[in-house]
Amino acid sequence: MDPRTSIIAERLKGAARIIAVCSGKGGVGKSLIAALTSLLSSRNGLQVGLLDLDFHGPSCHIILGAKGATPAEDKGLIPPTIAGVKLMSLAFFVGGEPLPLRGADITNAMLELLAITRWGHLDLLVLDSPPGMGEEILDVVRIIGRVEALIVTTPSPLSLSTVSRLVQLLKSLKTPIIGVLENMRREGGSEVAREVKKWGVRYLGWLPYDPGIEAAIGDPVKLLNTWLARRLEEVLRGAGILS
Amino acid sequence: MHEWALAEAIVKCVRDAIGDRGGVKEVCVVVGELQNIDLDVLEWALSELSKGTRLERATFKFELEKVEFACRSCGKRWSLSDVSLGDEEREAIHFIPELAHSFIKCPACGSPDFEVVRGRGVWIKYIKLEG
Repeated sequence: MDPRTSIIAERLKGAARIIAVCSGKGGVGKSLIAALTSLLSSRNGLQVGLLDLDFHGPSCHIILGAKGATPAEDKGLIPPTIAGVKLMSLAFFVGGEPLPLRGADITNAMLELLAITRWGHLDLLVLDSPPGMGEEILDVVRIIGRVEALIVTTPSPLSLSTVSRLVQLLKSLKTPIIGVLENMRREGGSEVAREVKKWGVRYLGWLPYDPGIEAAIGDPVKLLNTWLARRLEEVLRGAGILS
Repeated sequence: MHEWALAEAIVKCVRDAIGDRGGVKEVCVVVGELQNIDLDVLEWALSELSKGTRLERATFKFELEKVEFACRSCGKRWSLSDVSLGDEEREAIHFIPELAHSFIKCPACGSPDFEVVRGRGVWIKYIKLEG
């Protein structure tokens, strides 16, 4: 018997709500949206945690500027708090080294991390999900269970095609979908809203392509002052994630 | 004190498994060498966490499982004693054994693509009930 699976629900019981920011497709801005959602939630008075599940390419620690932060040991691991956000990431342990994990190893690493991390009370736990529809999604749904999906796409038909498959997968897994958020929209119209409505899923709104965002990476204060953050805050209110 | 977190998981797992079927006489826990668990601390934590539960009178038996790595590129098999690790690396693997894939490479061909065949982590081999 694997003892880890028994304790995970206990470790997460203090989290009132768990939202996985996911897409299926890489490069659509999931990590940035996960990190910004966490920062905005904290600024709105919520106790928030952010778990970076992108083991191959963790980036939440870079976005939040968590240089030098490490989890504390106390009957498990206590995530460090960065700009009001409790952050847990394997990057705290491996630094810049590659972490070449196969499927079963990804599952094991996720189980271990969830079994030993002590989040305490959280109004919201945000999961930054990696691209893909294997362990990245299946394990999150199976192991964590009570997770809601916030899906991110770009206007590109390539992204939309993958997101369409993800929506079908999540529906078959009976995972609640908060809605689809369109990111990196440039000038002109978009077919995303129309497509998303065809799938029977809520279209949450769109965020602009913001070339200035790179300059704010690593600085939570600057990030919260970006146009992107202001637009995302409106979207999160509309989606019922912020009140 | 990562051992405390593991002990919590073990006690919760045993309690879930036995339900209301009486007291527990013995629990056999297999401990993988890779995770570098302090057995004295684990035993103490198990004893503390068992107080007032159906595990209160249980004996905890530990079986240490040696690590065996197998390279997926060249087929080489090797053990933990063949590997040189720094303190921080050992500590990281102690928490998450999969982090070995960041710090260990095949001693024959240098590939990071290997499998931990055995000796990875902690699992419960059996539970014996009283009576």
